[in-house]
Amino acid sequence: MNFDVPDDLRYLDSHEWARVDDDTARIGISDFAQDELGDVVFVDLPDEGEAVTAGEDFGVVESIKAVSDIYAPLGGTVTAVNDDLTDRPELINEDPYGDGWLIEVELSDDADPDDLLSADEYRDQIA
Amino acid sequence: MTLRQPPLADAHEASGATLTEFGGWEMPVEFDSIRAEHEAVRESVGRFDVSHMGQLVVSGPDALGLTNRLVTNDVSDLDPGESNYAAITDDRGVILDDTVVYRPPEEWSVDADYLVVPNAGHDDEMADRWVDHRDSWGLDATVENCTESFAMVALQGREARDLLGAETDADLGDLGRFESTLGAVAGVETLVSRTGYTGEPGYELISPWEAAETVWSALECQPCGLGARDTLRLEMGFLLSGQDFDPEDDPRNPYEAGIGFAVDLDSEFVGRDALEGASVEGVDEKLRGIELVDRGVPREGYPVTTADGDRLGEVTSGTMSPTLGRGIGLAYLPVDVDLDESVRVEVRGEPKKARTTATPFLDR
Repeated sequence: MNFDVPDDLRYLDSHEWARVDDDTARIGISDFAQDELGDVVFVDLPDEGEAVTAGEDFGVVESIKAVSDIYAPLGGTVTAVNDDLTDRPELINEDPYGDGWLIEVELSDDADPDDLLSADEYRDQIA
Repeated sequence: MTLRQPPLADAHEASGATLTEFGGWEMPVEFDSIRAEHEAVRESVGRFDVSHMGQLVVSGPDALGLTNRLVTNDVSDLDPGESNYAAITDDRGVILDDTVVYRPPEEWSVDADYLVVPNAGHDDEMADRWVDHRDSWGLDATVENCTESFAMVALQGREARDLLGAETDADLGDLGRFESTLGAVAGVETLVSRTGYTGEPGYELISPWEAAETVWSALECQPCGLGARDTLRLEMGFLLSGQDFDPEDDPRNPYEAGIGFAVDLDSEFVGRDALEGASVEGVDEKLRGIELVDRGVPREGYPVTTADGDRLGEVTSGTMSPTLGRGIGLAYLPVDVDLDESVRVEVRGEPKKARTTATPFLDR
């Protein structure tokens, strides 16, 4: 299987991605993760204003067959939640790096994207 | 522990199916997507490898006497080509397994007076049970565990008849539910049974192990794994052995489990007296359907409570229903909980609104 691993993203070994833009980051799960899970049917995400901590779970993605905790690649405060997923959780399967994003956070001061895996390192992990 | 492999293991491997352990077997859980497989069966047709189901061949002068005393339904009036759903209970009336008992057509080249099909992983236990009771009752019958002599393929969905009809000389026209006939499927002698676990019309095909691939590849349609098998059966409220009843972890009798229709108290079988008592006295809890009103997916073990948070029971099986787009589940609840009553399912500690409902969840 060939999974899409965009070069411009950073990854956590538990299969989340972060697209860092200055002091904010958009977060989602990888193509590999959505394929492992299968048909996503439900997401449970934090509300805007809640804090997420790097390496700790902040939500849940459920497929028909499994419940999976989602871990924060970077810490910060939630500034946006992808509400489209409420009615269309399958967007995570269809477009995990695009319309299937989960949350956006304003990064905390100690958040360091260099702690995360590069695309090459993540490709090695799922190879 | 080495997992048992179905005769189609190579074909599944080649297809890229995701495999899982189930009942001691390594079986495909998903070929493409559970949703796509589920929808194929509900809307057209799908094929399943169910070779993990057990097959016990019981023959001889006392084959009927033995079998009829070990299952809850009366199988003495089965004619060749008929079958019956039944539970297998212990002397407390606790369900050990559920099964279909076939009286195969007489022309079958397999010398089988009765064919008993227990669930995956229960074949050795049930073969021992038949043998032990035969010996202690001094009966004259042979009991052979033929699970690894037969492949079993389920073809399910409204287009199953046309698809199978094109590949077999068996007369499907008059075949009623729980009836079976013999035919060649892609040239392979096959017991064609109009049974299934999906709520759709369809067939279960029992063929020689070595010919599994011939039968499987002739019936070209969406391959389906255990994932879709589970969502399909759950939408119908069909029980899953080891999950909706388990003699060790959750001992239940057939009345509690909602399969009292498969108990014939006029028949003499192990567990009959206990079940007569239960039928007179009634049961305290019954398996109910639960449909979530809030968003969420009920899963095995999640607590079910009243609207005030008082515990009623827990989910034995649950999923997101692909057909209904809502979370559905089964749970043993006190009998005084009415149908269509508002309850809660605790999903990761959070009470989600739900209502009790009759099963099946779908009109079929």
